[in-house]
Amino acid sequence: MKIWHFSEMAYPSAWDAGEAMGSMRVVLPNSLLDAGEVADIYHRHLDEFMLCDELGINIMLNEHHATATCLNSAVPLTMAVLARITKNVRLLSLGSPIANRPDPVRVAEEMAIIDVLSRGRLEMGLVKGAPYEIAPANSNPGRLMDRFWEAHDLILKALSPHDAPFSWEGEYFHYRHVNIWPRPWQQPHPPVWITGLSPNSGRMIGERGHVAAALLSGGIAKGMFDAYRKRAAELGRVATPDRFAYCVLLGIGHNEAEGRRRAEHVAGYVRTSPVVAEPFKNPPGYNPVPANVAALKAGPTQSVARVQTVDGRAIDPTRASVQDFMDARTVFAGNPDQVYEQIVRFNQEVGGLGHLIVMAQGGTLDHADTCENLRLFAKEVMPRLGDLAMPENPYAEAAEKAAAAAD
Amino acid sequence: MISTEIRTVSGIQTEIVSGGSGRPLLYLHGHLGLERHGRFLGLLAERHRVVAPALPGFGRTDWPREIRSVSDLAYFAMDLADDPALEDAVLVGSGFGGWVALDMLVRSGGRFGCAVLADPLGVKFGGHLDRDFADIHALADADAAGLLFHDPRQADRDVSALSDDDLAAIVRAREAFTFFGWKPYMHDPSLRRWLHRVGVPTLVAWGASDGFVGADHGRRLAAEIPGARFEILAECGHFPAIERPEALSTLVTDFAAGHAAAAAA
Repeated sequence: MKIWHFSEMAYPSAWDAGEAMGSMRVVLPNSLLDAGEVADIYHRHLDEFMLCDELGINIMLNEHHATATCLNSAVPLTMAVLARITKNVRLLSLGSPIANRPDPVRVAEEMAIIDVLSRGRLEMGLVKGAPYEIAPANSNPGRLMDRFWEAHDLILKALSPHDAPFSWEGEYFHYRHVNIWPRPWQQPHPPVWITGLSPNSGRMIGERGHVAAALLSGGIAKGMFDAYRKRAAELGRVATPDRFAYCVLLGIGHNEAEGRRRAEHVAGYVRTSPVVAEPFKNPPGYNPVPANVAALKAGPTQSVARVQTVDGRAIDPTRASVQDFMDARTVFAGNPDQVYEQIVRFNQEVGGLGHLIVMAQGGTLDHADTCENLRLFAKEVMPRLGDLAMPENPYAEAAEKAAAAAD
Repeated sequence: MISTEIRTVSGIQTEIVSGGSGRPLLYLHGHLGLERHGRFLGLLAERHRVVAPALPGFGRTDWPREIRSVSDLAYFAMDLADDPALEDAVLVGSGFGGWVALDMLVRSGGRFGCAVLADPLGVKFGGHLDRDFADIHALADADAAGLLFHDPRQADRDVSALSDDDLAAIVRAREAFTFFGWKPYMHDPSLRRWLHRVGVPTLVAWGASDGFVGADHGRRLAAEIPGARFEILAECGHFPAIERPEALSTLVTDFAAGHAAAAAA
């Protein structure tokens, strides 16, 4: 199991204003920002990422826009900084919101630079992006996934070696001379990751054999990974655990109380992240018709989408306790043994996990606590994860049969 | 008197409401689709042979991939209007459908006898920092209803009384409207340049309480369409066909009667 650390580089100084407005995103005015404070936050997080490089913890970054929950609004820029200041670990961009970026070839160019600069340490996430990212990008929510997959195909082709420029005249994107310099270090292109929320996402990602990443909900991960394994088997492939990634909040301490105290701070991330003004939560077209019919029938939408615990309780993430979050597998917390046991259990629950992304920093967890969170995890838990027993893939036999039938 | 059927138009399975007899009338709906249009279309059908398609993307049939723009919708409606039974028809477009109608009229309006545009979208007059059209996608439903209706209670629906098919039509209409009017927002930057090509007698009607796109915009639009008449509909928002069916149908039938000889002239 590979371990990654992720932080959104939040700006908690504006959270009270965001709570008062009922939106941490889109409409929260940027006059609330202090540039000096933002600079300190950037440098502080980069220091933590350099510590990850020493500790052997791989690094993940993402991007969000117009929000006090994430100051990283251009993931390739910070990835490029990491490509220069780190030396050892792999760098995951998760990722570029390619249905919201008007120029996929530019995305390919950005990723190629990062891959070469880091001498082949890039893992490349291509993501749909959350619904509230539509407004800041002014990206058309209609036919969004059609655009996503066309951008995906174009980016992978642009990154791959070719002996002459190629043209692309698609439904959404048009180029006559695609020929990016540099091309990436890794051939034919860096490994691809895609995030998802549903079994349908799992099937789509499984068809392409990319890494499927689920975030912050054990229930979502289980359904999506299973659909991936099943779809891969139908195509004659056995989906190995390295195809599956999960992002969880981490609070680890020398004792349980210390771990939970850290988790309490990190949980600020999930408590603020869903606070969004109503019209930006579900732009028309972003979700499929049946999902929106169900939403209409459900009546006026709950102000915040609920998260399911493993025992079937629906929790409000803006108010949930650390224990609630642990019950939903959104948080792993406790002393090193407890955190290890939670990982072992989760690995079984989701049928085998190749990548664990820990948010060792989130919310208001300060620099000293974050470094301790990372160090303890690296020293006390990671050494035990290398040879974690993986559950059997229930579709392995079906995959063999499908492969044999195809031959 | 009016009924709904599925017909193939321009190779596309299309839900069409039709009925009545008299001079033909082609109605293009606003962004809610054809829901709650029974009263309005029924009144028109007393004097006209009414044909009202659910535009592709709206209604209960599939939305073909190749229908990607308001101009595609205009060509679709022009294919429908090629039906000899629609010779000399009255073209009526409301809101989003008014945009489609304008797009048809600047291309080729000759087949229509006259046109009525109620609160049409599609033309922008203001500068880079001006919003001609309120950003209803950035408003909560209740706030948008306050702009769209004179009486915001008109926006309330008893969802429990609707079938899954009806609900799907509502969802599809929202998605299609969003898609077609997303960027540029609710207008085609080229359309204003060609308004002089509207070659049939045109009435521009506007809900006095339309807060999505206001009556001043309507006056300016009417001034740029050759010979167009402008009428205000009192106590009415963006959807006169829903909120003031009697007033709009009277305006339409009277205007059509006043331009009955257009095709013969």
